[in-house]
Amino acid sequence: MVKTLEDLAKIKDKAKATLSARSAEQSTKVVIGMGTCGIAAGAREVMAAILDELGKRNLAAVTVAQTGCVGLCDKEPLVEIIRSGKPKVMYGRINAERARRIVAQDIVNDQIIGEWVVGTKA
Amino acid sequence: MKEISLHILDIVQNSIEAGATRVAIAVTADSQRDLLTVAIADNGRGMPPDMVAKVTDPFVTTRTTRRVGLGLPLLAATARQSGGTLTVASAEGEGTKVSATFGLGNIDRPPLGDMATTLACLLAANPSLELEYRHRAGGREFRFGASEFLGKLDGVSFSSPVVYRVVKEHVDAGIREAQSKGGIAL
Ligand SMILES: Nc1ncnc2c1ncn2[C@@H]1O[C@H](COP(=O)(O)OP(=O)(O)OP(=O)(O)O)[C@@H](O)[C@H]1O
Ligand SMILES: [Mg+2]
Repeated sequence: MVKTLEDLAKIKDKAKATLSARSAEQSTKVVIGMGTCGIAAGAREVMAAILDELGKRNLAAVTVAQTGCVGLCDKEPLVEIIRSGKPKVMYGRINAERARRIVAQDIVNDQIIGEWVVGTKA
Repeated sequence: MKEISLHILDIVQNSIEAGATRVAIAVTADSQRDLLTVAIADNGRGMPPDMVAKVTDPFVTTRTTRRVGLGLPLLAATARQSGGTLTVASAEGEGTKVSATFGLGNIDRPPLGDMATTLACLLAANPSLELEYRHRAGGREFRFGASEFLGKLDGVSFSSPVVYRVVKEHVDAGIREAQSKGGIAL
């Protein structure tokens, strides 16, 4: 058996503990553009960076989802942040490094990074 | 695309958009025939025969956000440039199977690349997808089944970022072991 499977028991406990936190907190959703245009522009590395950063910070209240092409192909990779009771914020031309900053600054500290915003929707 | 695993991620998006709940991916290297085969089979809504016949034409798409569909034409071009082919088989109401072949040793063939991140991302964003992966090279095999793996997680979902990391490391280790023992790096 590989090491990662042996570690599973510990991971289960950790994930379960954070799971209860998830239902209690206000939920945040991150949606990443995964059409061909998004993937060709680097969407997989963006999603990987966001999931990695969320894991490191133990932010289980955040869910990651995907969408197809939304017609803004030249602005891919696109990352949309959806929070209940707030306007949706769409970031464009995101790479792995920027994705990590979105987690730290927008998701954690609730500060929109204006220079990367390509649209907002109520 | 720079990696075959990026094409795979993209082709599975088609399956998900077609309502598939099960997707089976098989990557098979045959050094005797100098062939790398990638097959992606789903149980989505399928396509009518006239659509299947022209689906590698970029002007055929059911997308409303863009007038061209790029995923299958791009994969067809990558396969052809490395001495391979693309075939699509589909039946309405049953599912679709996309098969691409590549010259295994062809210098124009992109590397398989980061298959672990492709699979882990697919599951994180589609936690109830019954995803299966089979990797065969040099007489070695690595298999990953999402449902089986989920059984070991005892109620924790693939959507958890902690599980994402576990899936990625597990697949990475499995493929690396199969490649080092089989002597074929893809
Ligand atoms: N697995 C599948 N099941 C059912 N229909 C499919 C499947 N794969 C492709 N199709 C059909 O073929 C069309 C073309 O697919 P292709 O991946 O080339 O482009 P697209 O998905 O429309 O756009 P893009 O990939 O550029 O984001 C799709 O719009 C869809 O109608
Ligand atoms: Mg597509």
